[in-house]
Amino acid sequence: MALDAKIPSGPLQDKWAKHKRDSKLINPANKRKFTIIIVGSGLAGGAAAATLSELGYKVKCFCYQDSPRRAHSIAAQGGINAAKNYQNDGDSVYRLFYDTLKGGDFRSREGNVYRLAEVSVNIIDQCVAQGVPFAREYGGLLANRSFGGAQVSRTFYARGQTGQQLLLGCYQALEKEVHNGGVQMYPRTEMLDMVVVDGHAKGIVVRDMQTGEISSHAGDAVLLATGGYGNVFFLSTNAKGCNVTAAYRAHKRGAYFSNPCYTQIHPTCIPVSGDYQSKLTLMSESLRNDGRIWVPKKAEDAKKNPNDIPDSDRDYYLERKYPSFGNLSPRDIASRSAKEVCDEGRGVGPGGRGVYLDFRDAINRLGEDAIRNRYGNLFQMYAKITGENPYKAPMRIYPAVHYTMGGLWVDYNLMSNLPGLHVLGEANFSDHGANRLGASALMQGLADGYFVIPVTLAVYLAGQKPGAVTTDAPEFKAVEEEVRTRTKTFLDIKGKRSVDSFHRELGLLLWDKCGMARNKAGLEEALKKIPEIREEFWQNLRVPGNGTNLNQELEKAGRVADFMEFGELMCRDALDREESCGGHFREEHQFTEADPEVKSGTTQPGEAKRHDDKFAYASAWEYAGKDKPPVLHKEELVFDTVKPSVRSYQ
Amino acid sequence: MSPLVSTICQFWSSSIGKKVVVALTGIVLVGFLAGHLAGNLLVYVGREATNDYAEFLMHLLHGAGIWIARAVLLTCFVLHIVATIQLTRSNRAARADAYEVKTSVRTTLSARVMIWSGLTILAFVIFHLLHFTVRIDQGLADLRDPLVDRHDTYGMVVRGFQNVPVSLFYIVALTLLCSHLSHGVASIFQTLGLRSKKTRGAIKVFSWIYAAIIWLGFISIPISIMLGLVHFD
Amino acid sequence: MNLTLKIWRQEGPDAKGQMQTVEARDIPEEASFLEMLDIVNERIIEEGGDPVQFDHDCREGICGTCSLTINGVPHGPDNGVTTCQLHMRKFRDGDTIWIEPFRAKAFPVVRDLVVDRSAFDRIIAAGGYISVRTGSAPDANGLPIEKDHADQSFDAATCIGCGACVAACPNASPMLFVGAKASHLNLLPQGKPELDIRVLAMVRQMDAEGFGNCTNHYECEGVCPKEISADVIARLNREYACASVKEGVA
Ligand SMILES: Cc1cc2nc3c(=O)[nH]c(=O)nc-3n(C[C@H](O)[C@H](O)[C@H](O)COP(=O)(O)OP(=O)(O)OC[C@H]3O[C@@H](n4cnc5c(N)ncnc54)[C@H](O)[C@@H]3O)c2cc1C
Ligand code: HEM
Ligand code: FES
Repeated sequence: MALDAKIPSGPLQDKWAKHKRDSKLINPANKRKFTIIIVGSGLAGGAAAATLSELGYKVKCFCYQDSPRRAHSIAAQGGINAAKNYQNDGDSVYRLFYDTLKGGDFRSREGNVYRLAEVSVNIIDQCVAQGVPFAREYGGLLANRSFGGAQVSRTFYARGQTGQQLLLGCYQALEKEVHNGGVQMYPRTEMLDMVVVDGHAKGIVVRDMQTGEISSHAGDAVLLATGGYGNVFFLSTNAKGCNVTAAYRAHKRGAYFSNPCYTQIHPTCIPVSGDYQSKLTLMSESLRNDGRIWVPKKAEDAKKNPNDIPDSDRDYYLERKYPSFGNLSPRDIASRSAKEVCDEGRGVGPGGRGVYLDFRDAINRLGEDAIRNRYGNLFQMYAKITGENPYKAPMRIYPAVHYTMGGLWVDYNLMSNLPGLHVLGEANFSDHGANRLGASALMQGLADGYFVIPVTLAVYLAGQKPGAVTTDAPEFKAVEEEVRTRTKTFLDIKGKRSVDSFHRELGLLLWDKCGMARNKAGLEEALKKIPEIREEFWQNLRVPGNGTNLNQELEKAGRVADFMEFGELMCRDALDREESCGGHFREEHQFTEADPEVKSGTTQPGEAKRHDDKFAYASAWEYAGKDKPPVLHKEELVFDTVKPSVRSYQ
Repeated sequence: MSPLVSTICQFWSSSIGKKVVVALTGIVLVGFLAGHLAGNLLVYVGREATNDYAEFLMHLLHGAGIWIARAVLLTCFVLHIVATIQLTRSNRAARADAYEVKTSVRTTLSARVMIWSGLTILAFVIFHLLHFTVRIDQGLADLRDPLVDRHDTYGMVVRGFQNVPVSLFYIVALTLLCSHLSHGVASIFQTLGLRSKKTRGAIKVFSWIYAAIIWLGFISIPISIMLGLVHFD
Repeated sequence: MNLTLKIWRQEGPDAKGQMQTVEARDIPEEASFLEMLDIVNERIIEEGGDPVQFDHDCREGICGTCSLTINGVPHGPDNGVTTCQLHMRKFRDGDTIWIEPFRAKAFPVVRDLVVDRSAFDRIIAAGGYISVRTGSAPDANGLPIEKDHADQSFDAATCIGCGACVAACPNASPMLFVGAKASHLNLLPQGKPELDIRVLAMVRQMDAEGFGNCTNHYECEGVCPKEISADVIARLNREYACASVKEGVA
């Protein structure tokens, strides 16, 4: 099947307006006859559910948490971008578009990214009207900061809790619609499969996590806004429940999965301290503004007390390698450099997997109080978790999986290749290419939910007869049966190992072979090992209890079973992409002394090297059936406005 | 039902509404206690002052004053009691299953025993009214002021408190009242929304001082009488 | 370190529950409280038992999913943190730790330590929002907000809806939660038009859910992981009284 992104014709800046003008509308009286199924109540799903209900559609919204307010969007700290140009520092829709496209290493679509930048301004208006308490200046107007190396101040923030405040605004709008009767909310209800009727996504099968009841829901369209799959690595900054199940099940029912290998690693997280560790905690990148990153020059110093290591024996490696950006180098560069020095045996802390983030000089220069004012809450968080005092000894940090750019393939209307299935937020692949800029995920989730899908959903619905499919269709019974069997299988294996033990094993392997840096041999090894782990999983898993009440082991088993298959897809995608770009670094593809770009000083040896001639496409994998390799489709990326260039942070 | 009546009913049946009633009636009772104490302390001045004051109260507004005051106080007292008993019951029901282990982090003993200090006060008030207002003890009722022809309130108080069990009950009840007030007075501010970060310290101090004055003021009388510092003649 | 845990076990909402003694062995003191329970559960699974069910998701103190009353204190002995942020170094080798659910009539137990807090959602649905249709908002800078009000509103908005206030309160009162939402919205100019109906509706829903009422113990303030001040309760009381008066006479 040819992949048509359905980008409207015409000049870049007119595409969205034109599309809105040309799109069909649904008669208000008809809207309430359409039932829309939304899985996910994070920024993307919650915003979509509230807005579609306001428009008059009947919405059913599902989430696995006990309340929609707890979706993982809540954890975002830093901020949200918008091209408001309130600071008058030369920002514009075009500049945000350009930065996002370039930040994504030219692996995203111009049309989508431009639209994202365009609607970003409306998001801020909407959120402020809802009561989101963004930071303000004394004059009462909104404050901004520059984030993630951007040269303009376009990031709106709410202390270190921007995601929380945005999600609460969205959740409250959602609850308002629950109260008005437009949305029916199903918390603690997990989607376990999707139902396709006559080639269209028309419903889902879910499990009530409190009673274990498995049931079907039919709708005129299905929207997935189920977040990212970073938890495939077991350890990540994601919430424990984040999963790929909804997206992967849709994939198995025919939806293409795009760019699964694009994962973002965040450089400033608290390192792993032992093998009991269950998750990694992110610390705001803003720490890099004043902290200096270093490791000992000599491996034998790694175990020493850092305060006893003189400056002459310290290697401030980012400052050394990237003199102009130094400690503020982009996320992927900072992360990879940390891995390199640890691989050399110079890493510090438990297991030698950490580097120092040192505030000694900043404290000497500005005083402890100034540092406390700027970062007090982060220092406190660090102290609570590690039991160390970061005012006295340098912090230890290490990169961790943070965000996944890959996701289900969607066109300009956010519709997958499978008609009726729409995908929003982190769950789709559309806007960030190979790397996401800081403060852009919140923007994308809300853009999709508040402003894009309410327009583009009608394009699909206009051709549908409302309520044509009900759960009486045989397809529902069949899928329900499959889900029941699968659930029963988990309980019946009665092996020896816990779900977590398998998840850890898979995660470690992926982190090792398909993490910050990848190579052919490693990926091939992973592709050999994953099926072995999976094999054992299905034979030696132990899920206690039964399926008729709350059973967290059973929930985890379903998610990990999907990660087991999905991890393989990731590795395959990473193997296919014989280049380095953004969050995907193939060791074989990096600049060397011999490259003209290095000689001319545009970039440095060791930097990621794209191959635009061969890989300027988004991969889109089609599920081909059990034990068959997935089929790769390619959506060629066309750059009419911006010419891809070598990313340079010298 | 008129909208006004229905709002009042709704207010009363809501948890916060009922609390506001407790606070407002609490203010009246707290005010009354202050006035009552001031009057009682006249025993230290002597028989004449005390009995003058009693006579003044009886003749206020041609005798109507005392009845108006009694009606207001009784209404407030009843409302206060009905509301707090209902609140306590619904609050107990809301807690349902008890913890096996529960550790308090902020609350005080006074706050936790409000209903028990309150009910003790109720018992005391009934006894106190029978004792000094209805005067079921004929001996106390028949006392006459030796100087002017009127009831000898001063003498009644002194004779009344020369009875040790009565005085002890009085002191115990007032101690519980003090506990009730130490939490109650500060609570008024919170319940009526007048407490904030800036004022919370001052409110706490005020509440303690008020409770302490009431307690010391009232119990000083039976103590002085029992010690013979205030005597019949 | 080695610990003795006394854990509340309850099969389902209608089952009778009881405390169970579980030994926790070889717990690293760097582990978080929930990681300690993970280790315990791993052992239970290996030994063929039923692992302890407890709520959690973000494990970084922001989603409000984790609960647990630990030694009688919701979210345990550390100040200003959630259970997921509590670390084992707060305990001593050999300690006995009592672990119970967040108890309240309005928070029925689902299983073991997991309770149903959906009453909070219904309180928000009753009025905890500003009605603004998507797309109808004026420019964000069209309405300057005094920084002081914005900050106070923010302090209230940090509530994570965990329910510790209810669990700690002798009356199982959610007024810190309700007051925090009311203060967050009512202090902002955007929230003023709906102030009265918001407050009336939320308080009525709170009563209907079977929660208790605040009698000023301030236990909630003491356990709130976001250290929200009981001032929000004072404001709620005042706003409710004023709104009732207005409703009665206007
Ligand atoms: C620690 C951290 C910090 C971050 N900081 C920033 C930042 O500063 N700025 C920024 O722009 N971005 C940031 N991000 C990224 C950003 O927060 C996320 O990408 C974004 O919020 C995702 O939103 P979402 O709506 O797509 O998904 P989510 O918010 O993850 O929501 C997913 C929803 O799907 C539901 N769901 C999932 N699976 C199922 C299923 N099988 N059945 C039923 N329901 C299901 C969940 O219950 C949930 O409601 C951060 C991310 C993390 C982890
Ligand atoms: C002279 C008599 C009394 C005085 C001066 C008094 C005063 C007060 C005050 C000021 C309060 C605080 C109100 C608030 O919470 O804002 C209060 C609360 C209370 N009172 Fe009294 N009271 C008296 C008698 C009683 C009696 C007889 C009872 C018996 C039932 C009682 C029971 C309570 C209870 C249970 C509370 C706590 C109510 C709550 O916070 O929900 N009180 N009282
Ligand atoms: S698990 Fe999210 S707050 Fe504890």
